[in-house]
Amino acid sequence: MSRHVLPGFRLSAGYTLAVLGGCVLLPLSALLWTACELGPAGWWAQVATRRVLASLRLSFGAALLAASIDVILGLLIAWVLVRYRFAFRRVCDALVDLPFALPTAVAGIALTALYAPNGWIGSRLQPLGIEVAYTRLGVLLAMVFVGLPFVVRTLQPVLESLESDLEEAAYTLGASPLQRFSRVLLPLLLPTLLTGYALALARAIGEYGSVVFISGNRLFRTEIAPYLIVQKIDSQYDYRGAAALGAVMLAASLLLLMAVAVLQRWTHRWAVLR
Amino acid sequence: MAAVAAVVSIGGRPSWSVRGARIALVVAAVTVLAWLLVLPLLAIFAEAFRQGVAFFLDAIRQPDTLAAVRLTLTVAAIAVPVNLVFGLAAAWAMTHFHFRGKALLGALIDLPFSVSPVVAGMMLILVFGKYGWFGSWLEAHGWQVIFALPGLVLATVFVTLPFVARELIPLMQAQGSEQEEAALTLGANGWQIFFRVTLPRVRWALLYGVLLCNARAMGEFGAVYVVSGHLRGLTNTLPLQVDQLYEENFSAAFAVASLLALLTLVTLGVKRVLEWRHGEVLHADH
Repeated sequence: MSRHVLPGFRLSAGYTLAVLGGCVLLPLSALLWTACELGPAGWWAQVATRRVLASLRLSFGAALLAASIDVILGLLIAWVLVRYRFAFRRVCDALVDLPFALPTAVAGIALTALYAPNGWIGSRLQPLGIEVAYTRLGVLLAMVFVGLPFVVRTLQPVLESLESDLEEAAYTLGASPLQRFSRVLLPLLLPTLLTGYALALARAIGEYGSVVFISGNRLFRTEIAPYLIVQKIDSQYDYRGAAALGAVMLAASLLLLMAVAVLQRWTHRWAVLR
Repeated sequence: MAAVAAVVSIGGRPSWSVRGARIALVVAAVTVLAWLLVLPLLAIFAEAFRQGVAFFLDAIRQPDTLAAVRLTLTVAAIAVPVNLVFGLAAAWAMTHFHFRGKALLGALIDLPFSVSPVVAGMMLILVFGKYGWFGSWLEAHGWQVIFALPGLVLATVFVTLPFVARELIPLMQAQGSEQEEAALTLGANGWQIFFRVTLPRVRWALLYGVLLCNARAMGEFGAVYVVSGHLRGLTNTLPLQVDQLYEENFSAAFAVASLLALLTLVTLGVKRVLEWRHGEVLHADH
């Protein structure tokens, strides 16, 4: 095929680049410019405050933990949806998309209403001494909520395409169900699980709407990094501080984006090899 | 289906312990889904109607809320078509031509999904805000972007940019360029090829992408929050109105939130129907 057989290259590429340039590249370069203007010392001065470091620790720590929980819950749900037939399976399957489609602010106030001390779940947990709303546990819960569909939807097609001949071979060799799972399936699913983990992690780190209501935004304790960015812009007009923190978040997203690309190539090669 | 048959066929009839383990796994998965996803959904509607239907109707008929509905519809009416055309143009360029930097372009199209919405909004302020790159120039010409409709649209376009392109690119890649090239040899011009050959073949995937794009456009919070300024009745979209009401009138906030939850349920329902009837052309990786 020669390079440009069909018409419309200039028009389509031109419009694509115009929208990308105006909406993505221009804002992106503004952030990088502002961050570079600060210089390493200036950037460090903005980031190395007690409040910012506490928020970064919470955002990354809770997101890492939430993504791990999502991998376990997501594997369970994807497995059951793909391998077993039961009543309301289609409804359950459709429900998995809920965190994708529900506006984050709505999810945020719904979770808060449930887990607040007078909420359906919160009031039952309080006698047990467990507080979820306005604590770090609440941040974790909201992050688990938003990340879950990434793991399930990444796993489902791979689980569906997985031939069971390997499992059968393991069975004929006398492997127990647990051995078949841990020695045969889990290694095969590893790249996919890691992809789902990275996607859920990226979402959880940057999440704002679902988290800010249930976190309560208590100084040094339950402030997430995106909340601090909003605070810096909204009430302190501290654009340099916001940009310094934003640069950290952007770097994390770009690293995760690259990790996902590498993992997907790995999954692909894996599939070809088999 | 083959997988299920194979699993069941292992060892003929499953033993009681295996069957018990399966039931336990299904119960565990359904419990997780009910606890994590269904309960919050029920809570929204329960709180919305806690003070009765009259209160609910009153809450969603407040002038500020109606203004928020109008603004949300306006923003979506601009942002969704921009992204629809963007998705078609990007897919046409990406799948019918070879050019340098194609992989980079693909990565850039996907980028907005991995950037925090709050960071996206902040970047727009750095460009268009009062102290941003174009701030003084815009002010001199009397144009306001931030704290006004253009800023809301830009933020929405940013966060929803990949939706349509993501559906179309893999599909058009798989379909190849043969039919378009055949049309070309038969004398069709570019627009004829696009409207008569390409568009009919990708229409369901296009609709699917638009559906998801619209749901996100109407529900976006973080990016819009940063650029809106929360001027009641002026720059509050529905999610921002929910946020502001939440501080003052709990039940009214949930009444407005239930409208968005309803939109979500309709979106998920239509999405299922599309997947069910046109699953072979839809890219089901999200």
